[in-house]
Amino acid sequence: MLNTIHIDAQPVSFTPGQSIMQAARAAGIYIPHLCYHPGFSPYGSCRLCLVKIDGRLQSACTTLAAAGQQIENNSESINANRRMITQMLFVEGNHLCPGCEKSGACQLQAVAYFLGILEPGFTHLYPTRAVDASHPAVMLDFNRCILCELCVRASHQEGKHLFAIGGRGGQAHLIINSASGTLGDTAISATDHAVQVCPVGALMPKHQGYHHPIGQRFYDQHPINQVGDANTITTGEIA
Amino acid sequence: MKTKLKVATTSLAGCFGCHMSLLDLDERLLQLIELVEFDRSPLTDKKHLGQCDLGIIEGGLCNTENIEVLRDFREHCTILVAMGACAITGGIPAMRNNFTLEECLAESYLNGIGVEHAQIPQDPELPPLLKQVHPLQEAVKIDYFLPGCPPSADAIWQFLQALVQNQPVRLPYTALHYD
Ligand code: SF4
Ligand code: SF4
Repeated sequence: MLNTIHIDAQPVSFTPGQSIMQAARAAGIYIPHLCYHPGFSPYGSCRLCLVKIDGRLQSACTTLAAAGQQIENNSESINANRRMITQMLFVEGNHLCPGCEKSGACQLQAVAYFLGILEPGFTHLYPTRAVDASHPAVMLDFNRCILCELCVRASHQEGKHLFAIGGRGGQAHLIINSASGTLGDTAISATDHAVQVCPVGALMPKHQGYHHPIGQRFYDQHPINQVGDANTITTGEIA
Repeated sequence: MKTKLKVATTSLAGCFGCHMSLLDLDERLLQLIELVEFDRSPLTDKKHLGQCDLGIIEGGLCNTENIEVLRDFREHCTILVAMGACAITGGIPAMRNNFTLEECLAESYLNGIGVEHAQIPQDPELPPLLKQVHPLQEAVKIDYFLPGCPPSADAIWQFLQALVQNQPVRLPYTALHYD
């Protein structure tokens, strides 16, 4: 059929120009992801949305849907890759969920729950990273940043250009566009999309931690493949 | 009747919260002791570890004694379980990993708020601290991981039942959490 792809044998129609991720979302099929967000052009960094397209691993967010593609998504072998990628995201930072304000509404954690991850799988790096608490209304905890680049894209879109990713490989890190290199002398505000869009507890508004009791947080009752991305729903955007 | 599983438990660099969660089994503890017999555990106060089917460990590794106890458990237990965030990731105690040991000791015993008679404890009975806190699987092989801070009594119950009945461990969505 014209303009149809198959995801795990299920026929999915697409409009030309749609990525596999977009076509899947429109059809209600969950492809795990962290750096993808429907409001921005895809970045392809987190690698979680790797699917097998006609036998080749490619990221669903950066690959256009093309008629006849046979796509393997929610299979044990693909999810095994995703588990490793997610485990690496955890051990390369310092993710102390028991003390994190984002816990329960964090997309990294939610993806890990979806994938059934019980253990780190790799040796913890325990990197030494700072917390930037210099701004009165917004904090940035580098320990939890997964370099998804969403704040960079959102800040460009809202005309403030506050962030970029600097360095390469293991040295890659988020940098702040201000004279001191800290948040304190930027024009950021807690209501900026750049803050709201952070999928983890890295960029957070201050003074409102632990707002929802355990049991009532975004991912407490239902998994991310059912309730969606906290950073799209809380800002009122739909796929 | 099937012989009871022998179970040992201990808390290393943890807060005993996981053991409190175990006690939270409440009346199910009565069912549990029909199925298992406790060897060394804070629940029995036995000091020496015998040969066990199952060892359950709370807390990570922060000093040399923790490593000794962990190795003893690995040697004596057929199945070893890391229970809770600290055992699996180092947890809250691992927050000190971003500081030197000297800085941590100075903050706690010399310069901290409300410290009197400032001195760093040096009793030979105190086991030396490790430079960093580590999870269990970085020192010995761990067979099962039961995350949570602490894992709920329900999660512990389902986990134990699966193990006792030799079934694969599958936690329902609401029982799997890292906090
Ligand atoms: S950002 Fe998410 S994964 Fe990291 S510590 Fe916070 S809740 Fe856990
Ligand atoms: S601060 Fe948040 S949004 Fe920005 S790159 Fe890090 S994880 Fe992504």
